[in-house]
Amino acid sequence: MDTIKLTIDQQELEVPAGTTIYHAAKKLGIDIPVLCYMELEDWNIENKPGGCRICVVEVEGRHNLAPSCSTECKDGMVVKTNTPRVMNARRTVMEFILSDHPKDCLTCPKSGSCDLQDMAVRLGVREIPNEDIAEISTYRLDTSPAIIRDIDKCIMCRRCETMCNDVQTVGALSAINRGFESVVTPAFEMNLEASPCTYCGQCVAVCPTAALTEKDYTAEVIRALSDPEKTVIVQTAPAVRAALGEEFGMEAGSLVTGKMVSALRKLGFDKVFDTDFAADLTIIEEGAEILDRLKRSANGDENVRLPILTSCCPGWVNFFEYHFPNLKDIPSSARSPQQMFGSVAKTYFAEKMNVKRENMVVVSVMPCLAKKYESQRDEFKVDNNPDVDYSISTRELAHLMKQANMNLNKLPDEDFDKPLGESTGAGVIFGTTGGVIEAATRTAYELYTGKSLNEKVTFEQLRGWEGIRKAEVDFDGFTLKIGIAHGLGNARKLLEEIEEGKSTYHAIEIMACPGGCIGGGGQPLHHGNASILKKRSEAIYREDAGKKIRKSHENPYIKELYEEYLGEPLGEKAHQLLHTKYFDRSTKRQFKI
Amino acid sequence: MTSVKVKLKQNDIDKIKEICAAHNYEPGELINVLHQTQEYFGYLPAEIQEVISWELNVSAAKVYGVVTFYSYFTMTPKGRYPVSVCTGTACYVRGAENVLEEIKKQLDLQVGETSDDGKYSLSCLRCVGACGLAPVVLVGDKTYGRVAPDDVKGIIDEYKDKD
Repeated sequence: MDTIKLTIDQQELEVPAGTTIYHAAKKLGIDIPVLCYMELEDWNIENKPGGCRICVVEVEGRHNLAPSCSTECKDGMVVKTNTPRVMNARRTVMEFILSDHPKDCLTCPKSGSCDLQDMAVRLGVREIPNEDIAEISTYRLDTSPAIIRDIDKCIMCRRCETMCNDVQTVGALSAINRGFESVVTPAFEMNLEASPCTYCGQCVAVCPTAALTEKDYTAEVIRALSDPEKTVIVQTAPAVRAALGEEFGMEAGSLVTGKMVSALRKLGFDKVFDTDFAADLTIIEEGAEILDRLKRSANGDENVRLPILTSCCPGWVNFFEYHFPNLKDIPSSARSPQQMFGSVAKTYFAEKMNVKRENMVVVSVMPCLAKKYESQRDEFKVDNNPDVDYSISTRELAHLMKQANMNLNKLPDEDFDKPLGESTGAGVIFGTTGGVIEAATRTAYELYTGKSLNEKVTFEQLRGWEGIRKAEVDFDGFTLKIGIAHGLGNARKLLEEIEEGKSTYHAIEIMACPGGCIGGGGQPLHHGNASILKKRSEAIYREDAGKKIRKSHENPYIKELYEEYLGEPLGEKAHQLLHTKYFDRSTKRQFKI
Repeated sequence: MTSVKVKLKQNDIDKIKEICAAHNYEPGELINVLHQTQEYFGYLPAEIQEVISWELNVSAAKVYGVVTFYSYFTMTPKGRYPVSVCTGTACYVRGAENVLEEIKKQLDLQVGETSDDGKYSLSCLRCVGACGLAPVVLVGDKTYGRVAPDDVKGIIDEYKDKD
C-alpha cells in the first residue's frame, strides 16, 4: 500500500494513502475537535459533509484553513492543529453556529449530553457576537409517539441523514432549504408519523443536539406510580441491563441486572418482571411456527412461504410494512416480546392478582424508540386500553433514577419477581444480533430432532458482527439455512433476494439497529464508539452463559403458563394473545404506480 | 415552502413516468427530471414529487430537499407574469432588497406567492449571470437592468392591461 509522510504539530509520521488529516492526527494522540463528523468504524459508517468547519487546521502553503475530517494527507504536508489562527477560527465558527441556535439550554432535553454544548465549553465560547443578525428558524415542533423533532435546533451536521438514508435506507429525512432556514425534515415537512420513518431511533442516537429526541414518558410513569388505585408492573428488555451502567459512569459492558431490579423496586413498581420471560414465550410460538412451516413445506404444501422472518423488532416491522408490503405474509406472526408480555400481564397475571385491566399499568424499559410506537398500535389495545401503557428507554430509566436520587453503583443486587420475571439464557440473547435466531435454534433443534443439546447450547456460527451473516445448522441430517441481518440497509438486501426469488434461507433474523437491540435508539449514547456496542454484546452472552436454564422451552413458568392458561403453542388462545397481523403502509398504492 | 394540493389524473402520472423513462430512471438525473416536469406542469406540487420519487427510486424527502434548495423550482403555480428579483451578491449590494420591497408593495405579494387572479407571482433568484446590469429584475423572459425602486411602477404598468 502507498504510504505518505507528513508532519503534524512538529511530529513526523507515515500513514496509508487516503488517510485524512483528522485520522493521522488521531494516531499521534492529537484529538482535533469535530462536530458534524461521525464515524462508526466497525460498520464503515462515516458522516463527513465537511460542513461545520470546527475541525479546521493550518496546512503550510495553503492560503485557507483545511477541514481535517475531509482533507486527505499529502506527501510532505506540514500541518498545525493548534495555532492561534486555528483556535480563533474554530471559536468564530462555533459562535456563528450558536448565533442562530435557540438558547434554552437550561430546560433543553439534551442538556448535559449535547455535543454542541460540550463543544462550546471546549472551545471557550463566552459570548455570541452575531446574535443580532442571525435568524432563528421557526419550524413547528413535530411530536410522534416515539420521536420528537425540534428542528430549530438542527445544526445541519447531517448525521441523521447518514443513518436514515445510507445505513438504514429508510429515506425519511433530507436536508431542505437554504441559509438560516436549512434543516433536516421528512418530505414536504410532513410529520414523522406520516413519513416512512420506522422509529428505529438511529437518528436520535447520533443527533448532536435536541433537534431529534425521544418522546419522554417518565412523567406519566411517575404519575402512575403515585396513584394508589393502580398496580404498576414493569418489564425490562435484555439489552437494558448491558448498558444502563454507562449512564452511571460504569465501564461499557457492565452487567447491572440485579442493581436495575432493586432500583425499579425502590422506584415503587409493584412487580419487577423481565421481558426475557416473554422472549422465551416468543421462542415457543415462533419456534413452533418455524417447525410448522418447515414440515408443511417438506410435505409439498405450496402455500407455505419460506424463509420465515423474525418479527420481534418493531423498527423492522415498520420497515417492511412501508417498503416491502408484498412480503408481509412472510414474517412470523408472533408478537414481539414487549407485546407478548403486555397481553399476558393484562390477562393471565391480572386475573391471578385479581386486578382489573384498567387498574393495571404496564411499563416497559426498552433500548428502543420504536417500542414506544409499537405499544400504541391499535392491534395491541383492548377497548382502547393498551397492553403496554408506557415504554421508556434505557436513558429515560437512568433519568428517572437520578431524579429519585439513586446511584446505581450503590444499589444491592436483587432478583426479578415471579412468575413473569423468570427467564432462560435464550431470552437474554435476544438483545444482540444473532441472538433471537440462536434462541429459536436451541428450541427448534430439540423439538425437531427429539434429541437433547445437553450442554452444547451455543451456536457460534450464528454470532458475529458482520452486517449480513449466513450459517447452517445440522438438524440431525436436515440442514437448516439461516440468514442474519442487522441494520435495515442490510435487511433490505436480504429482502430484495426474497423478492427476486433468489433467497435460499429457511429462516432469517432481522434487527433494525446495527448490533441489534444493544445498539438501539434508546440506549446510552455511544457517540460513534462502536467498541462500546461489542462490550454490551459480550455482557449479554455472559449473562446467558451464567444462566442455569438456557433453552426457552425449559422455562418452568412458561410451561406453567401454557398448562394453566394458554393451552397449546399456536392454539386458539395463543393466537389471540400472542400473534398479530401486518399492514400495507406504502404510499405507492395511492398513486397506482 | 408553500404548496398546493392537487389530485393527479392518470394522464398526468403517465406524463411524469414518460419523463422519468426518458432519463432512464437514473437517480442522478433527478434535477433534469424536475426541470422537465416543471416545464410541463408549471410547478411541482408534492404529489408530482412523490411520483418522481417512486419512479427514480429516490426518497421523497430527497426530492423535496432538491426542490426547496434551488430557487428555480416552485411548488405553487407561477403567475402568467412571474416577477423574479435577483438577490445574488452583486444585485444585493447594489440595492436589490429595496427594489424587492417596492415590488412587494406594488403587487401586494410576498415572495413565493401568486396573486389571486393568477396574473403575477413573485420570487427571488440567485444570479442570472448579468451582474453588470445589477440589480436585475425579470418578468417572464424579459430582463430589466439597473432597476431602482422608482422604476418599479413603470415596469409593472407595462403589464397592467395585458391578460
